[in-house]
Amino acid sequence: MKVHPVTLSILVIDENRIRASVIEAGLRDAGYDRLTVVHDVNGIARRIAELEPDVIVIDLGNPNRDMLENMFQLSRIVKRPIAMFVDQSDQASIEAAVDAGVSAYVVDGLKQERVKPILDMAISRFNAFSKMARELDEVRSELESRKVIDRAKGILMRTRGLSEADAYALLRKTAMNQNRKMSEIAESLITAAGLLAPEEE
Amino acid sequence: MAEAYRITAGFMPLLDSALLVAANEKGFAQAEGIDLQLVRETSWANIRDRLAVGHFQVAHLLAPMPIACNLGLTPLATPTIAPMALGLGGNAVTVSNTLWDAMSAEGAKPDLDPSQSGRALQAVVATRAAQSKPPLRFAVVHPHSGHNYELRYWLAACGIDPARDVEIVIVPPPLMPDALAAGTIDGLCVGEPWNTACALLGHGHIATVKAAIWRSSPEKVLGASAHWAEENPEALAGLLRAICRAAVWCGSSDHHRELAEILAGPAYLGWPAEWLMPALSGQLHVNAQASFSVEHFFIPFAKAATFPWKSHALWFYSQMVRWDQVAHTPGNVAIARETYRPDLYRAALKPLGIALPVANAKVEGALHTATPVGSAGPSLTLGPDGFFDGSLFDPDEIDSYIARQQRDR
Repeated sequence: MKVHPVTLSILVIDENRIRASVIEAGLRDAGYDRLTVVHDVNGIARRIAELEPDVIVIDLGNPNRDMLENMFQLSRIVKRPIAMFVDQSDQASIEAAVDAGVSAYVVDGLKQERVKPILDMAISRFNAFSKMARELDEVRSELESRKVIDRAKGILMRTRGLSEADAYALLRKTAMNQNRKMSEIAESLITAAGLLAPEEE
Repeated sequence: MAEAYRITAGFMPLLDSALLVAANEKGFAQAEGIDLQLVRETSWANIRDRLAVGHFQVAHLLAPMPIACNLGLTPLATPTIAPMALGLGGNAVTVSNTLWDAMSAEGAKPDLDPSQSGRALQAVVATRAAQSKPPLRFAVVHPHSGHNYELRYWLAACGIDPARDVEIVIVPPPLMPDALAAGTIDGLCVGEPWNTACALLGHGHIATVKAAIWRSSPEKVLGASAHWAEENPEALAGLLRAICRAAVWCGSSDHHRELAEILAGPAYLGWPAEWLMPALSGQLHVNAQASFSVEHFFIPFAKAATFPWKSHALWFYSQMVRWDQVAHTPGNVAIARETYRPDLYRAALKPLGIALPVANAKVEGALHTATPVGSAGPSLTLGPDGFFDGSLFDPDEIDSYIARQQRDR
């Protein structure tokens, strides 16, 4: 993979440590080993001056973007002016980056073909991370609804003397009849039980 | 309403997003057949990028930002117009308690007077320089912001060179109170609720206000993608009418409490309503103990507060030149002038029967008191609109204005 005659120096600024490591791994696998990852923008001016990065990758959720952009434009600090992306005519890349929530700043004079793979990698890693985060959320809410359903089953078993399987079947049937999620029915049941018999909770 | 236009607008969680928020929450957008989607953002750069790629058709923008975009001063600069302003005033300069104590010893009074507090600050700056102490550090939110230009104007008019005698850095508004408390910065110029937050948290003292440095001055505008505006004139006109009605609603003191509660909601600012009331009522907390009443601190509607004056655009341009952000050329003057679009404003609002200024530009600083002016429709009162140092900005004399400011450096 190491086809870059002189690898570009890359700085990744991301407050999200997990996402930053996902990007880092991707870039290292692609042969970019002059790579620095920063989670905190405190003292960033000094780091940039030391590192003199060719490319800076930053997540769009960072509230310090206005500060960073201003710094990039002040050549006093960064020596070489840094522009956003490499070629503004590459509208598709720019859109893909903004959609993914990532932005890249590049020192003037770099050729697009040298930078594009880095940006593409960052975009795909950002998207992969978002997908992962979404899936994690789904798992979390799945677990959460399972807990709620278990509590509702327990209430039905105690108050109506049902077996666990019958309690589950009743919840399921009610949900189907009302065209709602089982977890919603379970939540309503828990709320109602709490109101009717506060000592239960 | 027959057909709904869907318009997505980006906004920053600041008090002057009020007009957009009220247009949505109080049904003014809906009444114009507009499905207005408001998307909260974390930086001005994000708003600019998302305007550029078409996620947003319009946005809450710092008034100089569309000019900077059209002049190519920012990355992803896409043609942007300002067909409406989103109110006048609303900013203040807050200093740390330590700096305020030093300024008080030099004669600053808690009456928000820019001349007196500026003289006191100049004395503090001179003393620090004589003692070889590091320069004071002030924060603003963006290089192309009213905050940056009014802070620099105030400092320069008080004998402080903003480029040499102090350091000016960029800090996102929500991080300002902590930065001031930690001593990372000595002062800041920011919109509300952040001055009030600094004061109420006991981190600082409000030294002066935008409404005193340059009276009746613009702060945010509605920025629109020039391309989208051209393709969708009815949608834009409907939105301008909705925001205008929202501005009238926001301007009534009967609605201030309700407005503060709406803005305090988690989808909008997510900060306590108590932080938002002072800017609306003009009863500012200058520090944790004392308050001071400021007439016209933030004006949503009165005094043609939503009119996009070309003289405002040209003043911002003159300050971009003054602080070396752009070269002064006739072409650049024309770009700045054409960014603000009073023609679109007038055409859209004519059916509302409100007072519309007949001129596109005015001499800033010419009105020393509230003055009835020529208008189409009902009578219109403008001003006072002066700079605190008494100087005038005549947009027809921009060359000599710029030359004078360069010479004075």
